[in-house]
Amino acid sequence: MSQTPQQLDHAVTIFEKSKSGRRAFTPPAAEVPDRPITELIPERMLRVSPAKLPEVSEPEIVRHYTRISKRNFDLDSGFYPLGSCTMKHNPRLHERVAALPGNSRLHPLQDERRAQGALELMWNLQHALGEVAGLPHVSLQPSAGSHGELAGVLLTRAYHEDRGDRRTKVLTPDTAHGTNPATVTMCGYEVVKVGTNPDGGVDLDDLREKADDQVACLMLTNPNTLGLFDTNIEEIAEIVHGVGATLYYDGANLNAVMGISRPGDMGFDIVHFNLHKSFTQPHGGGGPGAGPIAVSERIEPYLPRPQVVRLEGNGGEQPTFTLDDDRPKSIGRLRGFQGNYGVFVRSYAYIRSLGAEGLREASELAVLNANYLLARLSEKGVVEYLPVAYDRVCMHEFVLSGAPMKRDLGIRTLDLAKRLLDHGYHPPTVYFPLLVDEALLIEPTETETKETLDAFADAIAEILVEAANDPSVAQAAPYSTPVRRLDEAGAAKQPVVRQPL
Amino acid sequence: MSSYTAATEQDIVEMLAKIGCDSIEDLFAAIPEGVRFDSRLDLPEGKPEQEVYAELKELSARNTSADDEVTFLGAGMYDHYVPSLIDALTSRAEFLTPYTPYQPEVSQGGLQVMFEYQTAISELTGLPVSNASLYEGPSAVGSAAYLAKLVNGRSRHLVSRGVHPHSRATLETLAVGNGTTVEEIPLKDGVTDIEALQAMLGDDVGAVILQQPNFLGSVEDIEQLTAAAKEHGALVIASCDPIPLGILQPPGEQGVDVVVGEGQTLGNRLDYGGPSFGFFAAAQEHIRKMPGRIAGETTDADGRRGWVLTLQTREQHIRREKATSNICTAQALNALAGVVYLAWLGRRGLVELGELLVRRTDFARSQLLALDGVTALHEQPVVREFAIQLDVPVAAVIERCQAEGVNPGFELGREYPEYPNGLLIALTERRGRADIDLLVEVLSSAITAERASRTAVAA
Repeated sequence: MSQTPQQLDHAVTIFEKSKSGRRAFTPPAAEVPDRPITELIPERMLRVSPAKLPEVSEPEIVRHYTRISKRNFDLDSGFYPLGSCTMKHNPRLHERVAALPGNSRLHPLQDERRAQGALELMWNLQHALGEVAGLPHVSLQPSAGSHGELAGVLLTRAYHEDRGDRRTKVLTPDTAHGTNPATVTMCGYEVVKVGTNPDGGVDLDDLREKADDQVACLMLTNPNTLGLFDTNIEEIAEIVHGVGATLYYDGANLNAVMGISRPGDMGFDIVHFNLHKSFTQPHGGGGPGAGPIAVSERIEPYLPRPQVVRLEGNGGEQPTFTLDDDRPKSIGRLRGFQGNYGVFVRSYAYIRSLGAEGLREASELAVLNANYLLARLSEKGVVEYLPVAYDRVCMHEFVLSGAPMKRDLGIRTLDLAKRLLDHGYHPPTVYFPLLVDEALLIEPTETETKETLDAFADAIAEILVEAANDPSVAQAAPYSTPVRRLDEAGAAKQPVVRQPL
Repeated sequence: MSSYTAATEQDIVEMLAKIGCDSIEDLFAAIPEGVRFDSRLDLPEGKPEQEVYAELKELSARNTSADDEVTFLGAGMYDHYVPSLIDALTSRAEFLTPYTPYQPEVSQGGLQVMFEYQTAISELTGLPVSNASLYEGPSAVGSAAYLAKLVNGRSRHLVSRGVHPHSRATLETLAVGNGTTVEEIPLKDGVTDIEALQAMLGDDVGAVILQQPNFLGSVEDIEQLTAAAKEHGALVIASCDPIPLGILQPPGEQGVDVVVGEGQTLGNRLDYGGPSFGFFAAAQEHIRKMPGRIAGETTDADGRRGWVLTLQTREQHIRREKATSNICTAQALNALAGVVYLAWLGRRGLVELGELLVRRTDFARSQLLALDGVTALHEQPVVREFAIQLDVPVAAVIERCQAEGVNPGFELGREYPEYPNGLLIALTERRGRADIDLLVEVLSSAITAERASRTAVAA
């Protein structure tokens, strides 16, 4: 089989390109007396030999990283229906406003009176997120969804302990993201799993049985990771609140319900947002993001510090904004400074661009796109091999099961995913949620066109036809990518995690 | 309003027909009546792009940034020059817009960057294994303490008072969850008091947490402190500013088990505190308990070299409640800026930059200490930041300096009540001789003026 130019291009690291004497950086002149360093710092505290960084010229650096960048698939180049990740378009306006010097060169410890623009922006974003959540109080501090979860469970703990109530368990549905149980452990609680009913929602009987006065919290995603809205949400809230526990909303799937249904109105006490999902912060190849939280009145006293607050002006003066550190019941700090402000700027620009109508429209079209793609994939030739796991109207994403495909065509969900790469698509999320056999979790988002969805559905149908003829094609896919299937087991057995130098 | 959607009215009609639904509203029928939001979100109306730009520009103009004043403010984040090639590379869609590398065949660029980044961090810290980065500095300190608890189960963690106040606060927050107590090792003469540390140490101490240079700018004797901690089998964690690591002995060679730190100084902007990245490197024996993503080298089906996310059995999506951390991403784009910056500085440049900072800092320190009304807060060796004391209230002096376009630094009393007159001054390569001279002049005038106004009030 012939190889593409990229496949012929053996990967070389920047360290391997190093050549003694090459350089990019020219230091500015010191302009101060040239004292020997050993006079200033005791010699035994100094390095004996320099860190073995590469020695390369500037053009080489630019070429190296440009070249390897092309070994990435990216959202600007193609459809990226990665379930639960909300790969919607990243408007470039956001990069421009984040880069304004008043934002990008603002020091986090600048006097608050000289950072009023930043604090006002943060306050406005808090207000907007609180409105979307239907909960009045917001902390922007957590740096990712997982960090927001950590904040949420610590808030729960502080809330209970403040009342002298020591609880030991946190409930998570078996459909939950893995971060939920991992967070629970980090907060010193025991995880108790709650089952799923035949409709894909929380099994109420199981919940009733497990909800007791030792339960601190139920962590829930709604719509859940099956892409289904839990119609029993009011009853779930009643059961959870009935035993004095809090209800936590994992905002990973908020993109389905912005302006349509609010977690606060569903009875949730604590919500985290993923600004890198619903609110367009670019994912950056895995970060940065931000995971603000919104909470109810009873949780407010425990919010992280500092908190951005607005002070109304006296007698017609403009309001001012300040960082309130004096929060005696606060769980404390989760990180340095005020959070990922650059992310806040981008998400605020998005909210200002769309407004209330735009956010609602985004969710409506996200759900329309998902249901349309589901309908296309429910056509003859696909549905026999990839049936939807729960046959209901879905929200912004849906789960197919590849079990019949595996049984009848001999290709696994993984093979289908890899073959999709040859068609120029990023595959959906695979093997999650765990309770669906050979799961394929598909989230098209609102920013994709009907034409794109049609073409994607056609590609899946084509791969299934191909597999019916010859499963080995998909089984050995991909063929056109910069590298082919990689030996992950080998990598984990003898980990090589740095360049030997 | 702006919109980034594409569906036309015709599209919507066709799509609904295919779904078998009459209206978009019908798609939301599963949402019970009682939890539907029937009004309009209380948000201002959406705007066209140019108006949003104008509004955000106006807001940003109300901030005094490092573009607007000559700043010596540091205390954890520093105004280094970010070379233009970083803007160019980090804004490439191929790096900016992908998700975490779940499909390695089409994520080799990002994975290779992680591998190179891990190599650079390993070189800086003197430790063999680095992850692909964490959220930021202080939470990375928290993650390191969590690792210590996983490794030895001991419940007392000792943290130097020279560790960044935000890191100490973060440790306290997380300690509630992992069942540890955090005790503070006092400072003496501007550095961690080794005798106090020795008195506090015992076989129940799981971790000793230090910072290099410490919050007051002092270079700590990490080797000596580490040796003391090791006598009791405690894990030693050092939170480091990566730029000074170019000239200081790597903590890994001084016996430190885990080195973490704030990565902002490596090619990342100030951004009012984030996003940046936290780095995390450890001794080999801890690799399977480390938090976060790790890229590892491997080969593809045809024998080509490639990279994957490795040791994923540590991670939450596989191990769930038994995971070593709940963290499920890196700060990939910020870490990319970090490794590009280190490649740009290069092997010699990092040393040259470190030495430049040491010399300029020494010069600024000696000039300021020669002023009437200024005394040293400590006399320890420093790299890029130092602390002085004023004989007049610091806040008032800062205010006067800022009115003259100079931000002289951080008021230590905000975090350290024991140094009510302390001022912490930081340098980067962007603050040249002229800026230092200006600082000396403006600070001197401000002290004189403040004294005069106090005398006037007293009279």
